[in-house]
Amino acid sequence: MSGFLATPVGQLALVVGEALALLVPLLIIVAFLTYAERKILAAIQLRKGPNVVGPFGLMQPFADALKMMMKETIIPSGANPLLFLFAPMLTFVLAMMAWAVIPVNEGWAIANINVGILYLFAISSLGVYGVMIAGWASNSEYAFLGALRSAAQMVSYEVSLGFVIVTVLLCAGSLNLSDIVLAQRNIWFAIPLFPMFVVFIISMLAETNRSPFDLPEGESEIVAGFFVEYSSLAFGLFFLGEYANMVLMSGMATILFLGGWMGPFGLWPALGPIWFLLKVCFFLFIFVWVRGTLPRYRYDQLMRLGWKVFLPLSLAWLVITAGVLVGAGWLPKLPAPV
Amino acid sequence: MLQRGSRAGGFLLAWKRGIDGVLAHYWPILVFIVIAAVIGAGMIGGALIAAPRAPYPEKLSAYECGFEAFEDARRRFDVRYYLVSILFIIFDLEVAFLFPWAVSLSSIGQLGFWSMVVFLGVLTVGFIYEWRKGALEWQ
Amino acid sequence: MIADIFFYIFSVVLLLSAAIVVSARNPVHSVLFLILAFFNAAALFLIAGAEFLAFVLLIVYVGAVAVLFMFVVMMLDVNFAELRSGFQRYLPVGATVGAILLAELLGLEAGWQIAPEASTLRLSPAPSGVQNTVALGQLIYTDYIFLFQAAGIILLVAMIGAIVLTLRDRKTMRYQDIRVQNTRRPADTLALVRMGLGSGVKPESYYRPHIPEPAGFVEEPHGHGPAGPGGH
Repeated sequence: MSGFLATPVGQLALVVGEALALLVPLLIIVAFLTYAERKILAAIQLRKGPNVVGPFGLMQPFADALKMMMKETIIPSGANPLLFLFAPMLTFVLAMMAWAVIPVNEGWAIANINVGILYLFAISSLGVYGVMIAGWASNSEYAFLGALRSAAQMVSYEVSLGFVIVTVLLCAGSLNLSDIVLAQRNIWFAIPLFPMFVVFIISMLAETNRSPFDLPEGESEIVAGFFVEYSSLAFGLFFLGEYANMVLMSGMATILFLGGWMGPFGLWPALGPIWFLLKVCFFLFIFVWVRGTLPRYRYDQLMRLGWKVFLPLSLAWLVITAGVLVGAGWLPKLPAPV
Repeated sequence: MLQRGSRAGGFLLAWKRGIDGVLAHYWPILVFIVIAAVIGAGMIGGALIAAPRAPYPEKLSAYECGFEAFEDARRRFDVRYYLVSILFIIFDLEVAFLFPWAVSLSSIGQLGFWSMVVFLGVLTVGFIYEWRKGALEWQ
Repeated sequence: MIADIFFYIFSVVLLLSAAIVVSARNPVHSVLFLILAFFNAAALFLIAGAEFLAFVLLIVYVGAVAVLFMFVVMMLDVNFAELRSGFQRYLPVGATVGAILLAELLGLEAGWQIAPEASTLRLSPAPSGVQNTVALGQLIYTDYIFLFQAAGIILLVAMIGAIVLTLRDRKTMRYQDIRVQNTRRPADTLALVRMGLGSGVKPESYYRPHIPEPAGFVEEPHGHGPAGPGGH
């Protein structure tokens, strides 16, 4: 067996197996996230939520998927059919492929690359294309307007997200995600960098186009924004992609600020993936909680928050952090030679 | 000609180094992309095959609130959107410069730190300028 | 061996998509193929071991510059048929410029001198045991400090230039002034009026909040001409 694994074919089979072992649970988590969201929102609004399909309505996401599968895929006559179908696929693939570098436990990352955080940052900056292509290919006013808003919004919050990531890198001293987690052995970065943690959470809401920054979708004004023309599983892929992006951003926040797979105070180190999952669930709950509580932002206020509050704040905090680290000589040592 | 040959030879050697060092870590990502793309394409293709299709012109027209679209949706938009994306390019470059700085700060000492502070200071001047000019204002 | 195969796959796709960029009829397709070309270039950087450059190429060019291109071609609504009609007219000038550039490039390539130690230096692009990104960082901010500061100044000029070129202050815009909003007291804007029974409200007795207009604000004329679109 070990002989087979050493061959190129064996290596390929191993990686395919690992990838499936990550993607299948991920898709199940995404499916149940939609269910959890409806349940939590229902609880916030004193309703029951889905409770018919299966015990406690647990089979609801699968029923939804089956229903979407059976719906007609409508391609509008004015649309560009190829790009129209390409956009949801792109959104979905981007949200999935980012998981290749995320370490769920010590040494569990499928691709443990040196510049993992750059990879994640690059992927999150590509997310804007799915939206823009969808809006343009649909050839519909609402879709176009939604795409335009979404692109400007995601781009605006990308900047402060970048500054926050750099601040964490200053404290971690490495671009490798596992190293970043291990650098938090003594203290999770959420505590010394608390303002950056808050900026990251809010920027992550804006990056994923979630409430209160869901202007691109704004169902009460531009019906559903960029995916108004989509139906069937093309719509389903957008939906999956959006929720997978939420899980991804939660995973990123966990790695950058909450010490990844490490338990609080080094508790039960054997439970790495469970800790990781719990922390991700914490962020996902924040996503839903915010949606159930806050009203939608106005567009000019959204831009003001991104450019005039978060950008100067995160830049200033970055310089202060660097100054303190240099002045006090607390800079992390360079990672061991590879 | 000899020079040209040695140039290409050096380049090839660099490639060969690459497969051992770097590429070994990256090809799982390629596998990952392929699997994700297959799942995505399978879902869209499956729905195209499995679901009934009965299109007619009204169903295929772009969504408007009950009336015909006045014009093609692709048209001019406010220049502010372009300005935002230009400013984003500049700040994104700034972030790109910050990445290597953040990880090598411990070995470049005071000079490296102050050189970045000056760099950020210059860009802050630009940021203050755009703020004063109202480039960040939306109506 | 595998690296060679990947190298040829990526470079062939790169060249093909670059060819489509200049030959595609639809400008949006051009931009999409440009993005594909960037991706393949990034993959080539990766094969060569330049991890940081590969991802910065993606972050800056695909994530930012191509977004701007996309904005422009999607939303500027340039009439490309009209643009193309001038093709014949500008062909001689364009061909001349292209030929001169080509000649210059050829001259440059012919006169290219390679330092004798270059080929050995190329074999060790980074000091061994130091990551690519760190190796770059150790050089940029100290050894190449003047170039680095020059880059900062170029970015500053770009920022100012973008604002000067694109920002037209329309005098009819109303901005939200957060400070004014937050410092407003209820007494400034609100008054309780005790009404006598059946006396009604005269229009003059409404209290209007006094909101200072932004400096230079011009009220937009609300002329509804007979040819106007009419009320909704």
